Amino acid sequence: MSPDRIRSLRRGVLTLIAVAIAYQAVARSGYFAPALMPSLGTVAQTLLNSILDGSMLHHAAATLYRVVIGFGLAVAVGLPLGVAMARFRPVEHFVLPLSSALMPIPSLAWVPVFILWFGLGNTVTILIVFYAALFPMLLNTWTGVRSVNPIWLRAAGAMGANERALFWKVIIPGASPFIITGLRQSFLRSWIAVIGAEMLAGSDWGLGWVIFDAKEFLDTDVMLASLVVIGLIGFVTERLVFGSIERATIYRWGMARAAKG
Amino acid sequence: MYDTVDQLAPAPIGVDAGPLRRAARNAFPFVVVGAVWETVAHLGLFPAQFFPSLETIAATFVRLTLDGVLPHHAFDTLIRLSAGFAIAALIGVAVGIAMGRSRRAEDILLPLVSIGAPIPGLAYAPLFLLWFGPGDVSAVVLVAFVSMFPIIYNCWTGVKAVKDIWLRSAQAMGADDRRLFRHVILPGALPYILTGLRLGLAQAWRILVAVEMLAAVPWGLGWLIFGAQEFLNTDVMLAGIAVIAVIGLALEKLVFQPLEDFTVVRWGMMS
Repeated sequence: MSPDRIRSLRRGVLTLIAVAIAYQAVARSGYFAPALMPSLGTVAQTLLNSILDGSMLHHAAATLYRVVIGFGLAVAVGLPLGVAMARFRPVEHFVLPLSSALMPIPSLAWVPVFILWFGLGNTVTILIVFYAALFPMLLNTWTGVRSVNPIWLRAAGAMGANERALFWKVIIPGASPFIITGLRQSFLRSWIAVIGAEMLAGSDWGLGWVIFDAKEFLDTDVMLASLVVIGLIGFVTERLVFGSIERATIYRWGMARAAKG
Repeated sequence: MYDTVDQLAPAPIGVDAGPLRRAARNAFPFVVVGAVWETVAHLGLFPAQFFPSLETIAATFVRLTLDGVLPHHAFDTLIRLSAGFAIAALIGVAVGIAMGRSRRAEDILLPLVSIGAPIPGLAYAPLFLLWFGPGDVSAVVLVAFVSMFPIIYNCWTGVKAVKDIWLRSAQAMGADDRRLFRHVILPGALPYILTGLRLGLAQAWRILVAVEMLAAVPWGLGWLIFGAQEFLNTDVMLAGIAVIAVIGLALEKLVFQPLEDFTVVRWGMMS
């Protein structure tokens, strides 16, 4: 490592230690009730206990299940629809005005309506995740397919590619930078939406629900422990999963791009 | 709007048709969806209370607008949005630029930003409600906190993306620090800063409605929708959502697009 990097690292670590000490000092000073501001040791203890007795894993699994189903549905609808919009004018004319009208509505605004329509539980949460994830997927796929260089299409056509080959061998790879960015944005949106939806419509399991429920009982340590888990899962999927997908595909091909949503 | 689309991409919608045809074409999907909605509502498949017809929703909208309830809710929401976003913009731009300019600031602040950013802002909501109590303070602080991250991140990237050669040539021509900042760094980073502000505002908007539901504020569109759920007033909820959609659209079309057109697009830094 260069001396520059070592200095950066040292400063970064020092900051984190300083913040931790400051927090600990305020928490211990008794200025705030310990119920509102538990010490870091308590939070770590709570986190460890909840992982060991399996409850945190159960909450995380419930949340991930909702995200995966909602996100999966959004991809299953958004990807083909986005391609259809870019390939067929009538589809574009029909879907685009609707999606521009629905997109600016925050997904969580629908929570109360969906609760009335579908009752409390998984359906509401999954639908909210679906709504949140759909538009970035749709918009990016549409932009991606539209931006495929027409020269490539004509070249492939001239070399005798049929519609099917054109689609799989030219359009989809050509649009993939946008599609991958769409997947990433969609996942980020789903992750935010699921936490909010669980707080507003949660029933008994889920990381968002456990935070909100802990507030009733002033279990600030449980809230902070769940925050750590939420941040960790978000970070891991964002950096490791999508980061490595991007590195293996579009960065290697040198074509990272995104639609502005 | 899509700044990365190739020029070779198909012509944008509506270029090939007159304004009247374009309007008709944009209206058509809404007419279809509206007709389907009306049919379902009038067939009585669902109780009218849960699935009100469009004329009920419109009537509710007009009634609530005339007696001032809806404008009051919308106004309070906009005040909270502006307050939260203003705080986020001030702190975010300052911190982001500091991180871009000073190695020390970057080393110190980057770990904190990278830890805070991946946690969805709403997850902090219950914590903030405990610390600051339910009400406006929590809502504004949370909105500010959440929308700060994209602003910091983009300002930081923007300042770092200013070309070295611009800095060196300005210095060679005798620009002092102050003029360097004002005439080179700030305009150079502006496309990124504007993107950051735009993302921050979008983030603030997405979160604010939910925060209003959780924070038990007396007025606000989120609260209007959430409160209406108790009384099964689906028409009130849908009228509220319509207002939310209009405000969301207006923020994008009336605030940021003109701002971009006046600055970075005119300077040829963005198309």
